Amino acid sequence: MSRLDGPETRGHYDELRDASGKVRPHYEPVIADLQRRDTAGVKRLADTTRRLLAERGVTFNIYDDKGLDTPWKMDPVPFVISAREWEGIEKALIQRATLLNAILNDSYGPQQLIRDGSMPAALVLGQPAYLRPCHGIKLPNAKPLQVYGADLARSPDGQWWVISDRTQIPTGSGYALENRLITSRLLPDVFRDARVRRLAGFFRQMQQSLAALAPRPVEEPRVVLLTPGPYNETYFEQAYLARYLGYTLVEGEDLTVRDDRVYLKTLNGLEPVDVILRRVDDDFCDPLELRNDSMLGVPGLVRAVRAGNVSLGNALGSGLAEAPAMMAFLPGLCRKLLGSELLMPSVATWWCGQERPRGEVEKNLDRLVIKSAFRVRGREACFGGRLTGAERAALAERMRFAPDRWAAQEKIAFSTAPVWEDGHLVHKPVSIRVYLVATKDGYMVMPGALTRVAASMDSPLVSMQKGGTSKDTWVLSEGPVENVTLLSTTSTPVELRRTGHNLGSRVANHLYWLGRYAERAESSARLLRSTLLRCSPESGMSETPLLLPLLEALKSLTVLDDVPDAASLASQQEQLEARLLEAVFDANHPTSIRSSVAHIQRIGVLLRDRISIDTWRVISQLGDALDAYDNTPSVTPMSDALNVLTRIILELASFHGLAKENMTRAQGWMFLDMGHRIERTVYICELLRAGLRSADAENPSLLEAILEVGDSTITYRNRYSLLPQLAAVYDLLMLDEQNPRGLRFQFERIRQQFEHLPHELNSALLTPAMRVFLENSTRLQLCDPTELARVEPGAWSQTQVARLLTQLIEAMPVLNDALTAGYFAHSTISSSDDAPADTPSS
Amino acid sequence: MNYRITHRTTYAYSSRVVVSHHAARLRPRDTETQRCLEFSLSFDPEPDLLTEHTDSFGNLVSCFSVQKLHKHFEVISRSLVSLMPVLQPDPLQTPPWESVAAMFRDPVAVDLLDPCQFVFGSPLLIHEMPLRDFALPSFSKGRPVLAATADLCRRIYREFVFDPKATTISTPLNEVLEKKRGVCQDFAHLAIASLRAMGLPARYISGYLRTHPPAGKPRLQGVDASHAWASCFVPGFGWVDFDPTNNCFTSLDHIAVAIGRDFSDVSPVRGIITGGGRHTVGVGVDVEPVAS
Repeated sequence: MSRLDGPETRGHYDELRDASGKVRPHYEPVIADLQRRDTAGVKRLADTTRRLLAERGVTFNIYDDKGLDTPWKMDPVPFVISAREWEGIEKALIQRATLLNAILNDSYGPQQLIRDGSMPAALVLGQPAYLRPCHGIKLPNAKPLQVYGADLARSPDGQWWVISDRTQIPTGSGYALENRLITSRLLPDVFRDARVRRLAGFFRQMQQSLAALAPRPVEEPRVVLLTPGPYNETYFEQAYLARYLGYTLVEGEDLTVRDDRVYLKTLNGLEPVDVILRRVDDDFCDPLELRNDSMLGVPGLVRAVRAGNVSLGNALGSGLAEAPAMMAFLPGLCRKLLGSELLMPSVATWWCGQERPRGEVEKNLDRLVIKSAFRVRGREACFGGRLTGAERAALAERMRFAPDRWAAQEKIAFSTAPVWEDGHLVHKPVSIRVYLVATKDGYMVMPGALTRVAASMDSPLVSMQKGGTSKDTWVLSEGPVENVTLLSTTSTPVELRRTGHNLGSRVANHLYWLGRYAERAESSARLLRSTLLRCSPESGMSETPLLLPLLEALKSLTVLDDVPDAASLASQQEQLEARLLEAVFDANHPTSIRSSVAHIQRIGVLLRDRISIDTWRVISQLGDALDAYDNTPSVTPMSDALNVLTRIILELASFHGLAKENMTRAQGWMFLDMGHRIERTVYICELLRAGLRSADAENPSLLEAILEVGDSTITYRNRYSLLPQLAAVYDLLMLDEQNPRGLRFQFERIRQQFEHLPHELNSALLTPAMRVFLENSTRLQLCDPTELARVEPGAWSQTQVARLLTQLIEAMPVLNDALTAGYFAHSTISSSDDAPADTPSS
Repeated sequence: MNYRITHRTTYAYSSRVVVSHHAARLRPRDTETQRCLEFSLSFDPEPDLLTEHTDSFGNLVSCFSVQKLHKHFEVISRSLVSLMPVLQPDPLQTPPWESVAAMFRDPVAVDLLDPCQFVFGSPLLIHEMPLRDFALPSFSKGRPVLAATADLCRRIYREFVFDPKATTISTPLNEVLEKKRGVCQDFAHLAIASLRAMGLPARYISGYLRTHPPAGKPRLQGVDASHAWASCFVPGFGWVDFDPTNNCFTSLDHIAVAIGRDFSDVSPVRGIITGGGRHTVGVGVDVEPVAS
C-alpha cells in the first residue's frame, strides 16, 4: 500500500485523519491492514468484491432504465465509527424514532398537535401521505413505526445531522447485511481484531418484534413480506431479506381478504396471515379504500387492519412523518411530546407555508436546496445556486402560488471517507443510513449502517441511483463482541418439521414453468447440436437424408418454421444453416435458445427468494455463452454455435443437478420436476415420431442420431454393442423404466409427484389433471414393443406405437391446462368506480 | 319536501367472480336542512359480510363482500329524505375573498381546522396554475367571497358545454378546461379547483337531483341520476352549496349523499373484483317526491 493521499478535502470533515494529519485511532486497524498489502493486493480486494457481488447476484434496479438488475457497487474499504461516537448516534436516533412515532399516533388520533398549533395543519391535513381512511384506527401496540431509517451526514465541524427520515419503507438494511458478508470475508483478520459489532442481533430483534405484532395468540405467527414485484428498485433486497428472515415473499395477488382477515393463497387453500412487513407504498396497499388504480395492493386490507385482524410494519399512513417540512418543527415537537431537547439536529429546514421562512428562502435561494415539502414520488430537489434567472423567477412564482408545498434546506458539505479508486485511495463525500426497529419498550439501533458514497467530490447528491457506490459500516465495540445467529436460540426446543410453509400458487406456477423452460432449452440445444453437426460442410452432406427427421422434429417443436423437402435440401444448404443459427441466437425468435434462456432468467428473478445462491448463479450465467454473439448470426461460424450449445447444455445440467441436490422433495420441487418431465415427454415423443415417419426409419445412422439426441448412446452400447436396431432403440427410449431419458421414466416421475400434491379434501374423485395423466400412462404401459419387429419396412408411421406417440403429444397441453386450472388459478383483479351519470339542466 | 329515492347498481360479469369487495357511500347525509328518515340496502346475491363505519368526512360507508362464485351482483339503496328550504346569506354581505383566504394560511385557527382540510390539493385535484388564471376574472379585488363564487359558477355554466361524450371519469381537469366540455362531475371539480387555487376551501358533494318532467308529461321512473356539485365556505355562516351544472345555489331539488374533497372521496359504489373477466355496471336512480 503505497499511497494514502487523495485530492484536497479542505472544507470537509476528514473521517480518516484529524487536523494534524494523523490517522484517527478507530481507523488505524483498517489502514494498517491495507498498508500491509501492496497496490496490487488492494486491487485484488476490489476485484474480489466485484466478483462476489456478481456471483451472489446482488443487484438493484435503476428507474427509467430498461435493464433490470444493475450490479450493486461496493467499495472494499469499510466506513469505521468509534464506539463512543456510536453511543451518541444511538441515543439521538432512539429519541427521534420515539418522537416520530408519537407524531404519527397523534396525527392518526386526536390531532392535538395541529389543534394547539405545535405543528401547522398543512403538515397533516394537506399532506398527500395522510391517509384519511386510516384515521382513528387503533393499533394494538401504539407503534405505527416498526422500522425506521435515518440518513445522517457530518458537517465540517464534526457534527452529525439527520438529512432525511424514512418512516414508511426504510430500504437498504438488506444491502448493509450483504455488504457485511463480503467485508467479513475479504478482511477476516482485521474484522475480528478490530472488534466490529455484529448485525444479526438486529435482525433477530426484527423477527421478534414483528412476531409480537400478531393479533392471533399463535405460537408461530405467519409473517409475509409484501413486495411490489421484480421491477421495484430494491427487489433483490426484498427477496434477500425474506429469505434471511424466513418470511414468505408475496405480491398483492398472493393475498386475499375474506371475512376481514388476510389469507395467503396456497396450494392447500387459504392460510391466515398475521403480520405483513410491507415494501408496497402506503397508498398502493388497498385499491378498495386507497388509490383504486393500484394493482399492487390487497383489496380489503384497510378493513382487515381496522378490524384488528392483521398488523402491518410499518402501519399504513406512516409516510406522513418523513416529510422534509416536518424537520422544521421537530425541535418544538420534541420538547412538547418528550419534554427534552432534540439530541441530533436535522439539516436546517424552512417550510414555505409560513410567511417569514418563505421570505428567508427567497432571499437565500442561492445557497439552499429547494424541494417538495412533502415526499412526492419522482419529484427531485433543485439547487438554488444552479438556477438561471428565468428558472429562478418561475420557481418563485410556483412557490408563491402553492407555498405550503415547498420547503428549503441548507446544503451540508458532507464528510469524506477513503475510497479505493483506480489504483489508489481517494476521498469522497459519504452519508450513512442507520436502521432502527421497535422493541417492547423502545427502539433498537442496528450497530452498523449502509454507507453511501457520492459519485464525485462536488456531487450534491449521495445516491445509488446516481452512480454512487456503497460501503460496509463498521461500528467498533469497546468490549468483546457478542456472536448472534439468526436461528432461534431460545431454550424451548424447536418442534421438528419436515416441510416448510405451504407453497403459494403463484410461486408453484413459476417453478413449474422454470422446469419447462429449462428442459425446453436443453432439449432444443441437443437437437440443434446434433442437426448442426450433420449439416456442417465436413460431413459433406452425405447424411442429408438423415437430416430430415431431425429437422421435422425441430419443426414440430416450433424451433423451425419450415423444412425444405429432401430434393431441395442440398441446394438450400445455406438458407438452412442461417435458419438453424437463428434458432440459436435470434432474440426475436420466440423459441430460440436465446429466448428460452431469457425466459429462464426472467422466472429466476421472480423466484429469487426460493432458489439457492448457487442455483441463482448458474441461472444468471446461463446466457454468458450467448453474450459474445448478436441476434444476426449469419457471420457466426458453425463451430462457435456448437460450442455455445454444448456450454448451455452443460450449464443446464448443473442447474438440474443443483435443483435435484438442493431442494427438499416438497411442493416446490414437485412443480419444478413436473414441468421438467412434461416438457421432456413432448420432446421425446416428437423426436421418436419424426424418426418413425421417416422413410429411413431403420437406417442405423438415423437411429444413431436419435440415440445421440436422446443422450442414450452409451446406454445402448452397453446393452447391445451392435449397430442400432429400431425395435431396441424404441424400447430403450419409450418403455425402459430405468432410462431417465425414456418416456416411461417421465411418466413414473409425474405419477410420483401427483401422489404428493394436495387434492380436494374429502374427495375420492380424481382431479381432471390426474384423469388425463392416468389415461395416457396406461396407454404407454400397454404398448407392445415387439409389434415394431413385425412391421413391414416403410410402414412405421402406421404402427400402434406411432399412433400412441401422437396421442401422448396431444395429451400434454390438456394435462398442462388441468394443472393450471387446479393449482395455479389466481385470477386478475379489476376495479370499478361508478361515476355519477348526469342530469343536464332541464 | 320529502323524497323517496331508489338507487340501483347492477354488475354483470362475463365470467364468474371469485370474490368481490365493495365500499358504498349511499346514505343521504343529515344536515341543517336535510334529514334522512329511512335508509336500507338490499343485495342480490346476499353478501357474506357487511360492515359499516363513518369516514373522516362523516359519510356512512357500507362495506360488503361476496365470497362465493357469482356472475352478477346488485345493490339497491332505498331512502326517505326530508328537505327544508336552504337559507342563503346575501352574497354581497359576505367578507372579501382575500380575507377568507388569509384565514386559511398558517397558522389556522382551531375552529377552522375542519374547513381547512378542503383548501389543499386532493387526489384528483392537484393545484394547477392554469386554474388560477381561469378563476381570476371572478375574483376582483375586495369582491365578497360568495359573490365571486356565484360569478365563477355562472361562468362555468355559460362557457362550458354539457357533453356526456366529451369526458370520462379519469379525464384530467386541464383537458376539461381546454375542451370547454364535460359533465356535472367535471364542472364541480373545476369550481372546486378554481376556489382552491385562490386559497379558498371548497368541497365536493355527491347526491341526487330531482328532475322536473316536461310540462304535461308524467314523471318517468329511473331516468334520474346521481349528481354532483360543489360547496364553498363562508366564515360566520358555514358551507354554501352551489351547482355549476345548473348555475344555482342548491335548495329543495338537491339531495346530498356524501361529502369529500373530490370524487375519489365519495364514489357511490366502488368495487374490486377477483376474476370475472370483463364487467359492465348499470346504474338507475329514481327520485320520487312524496307528500310529507
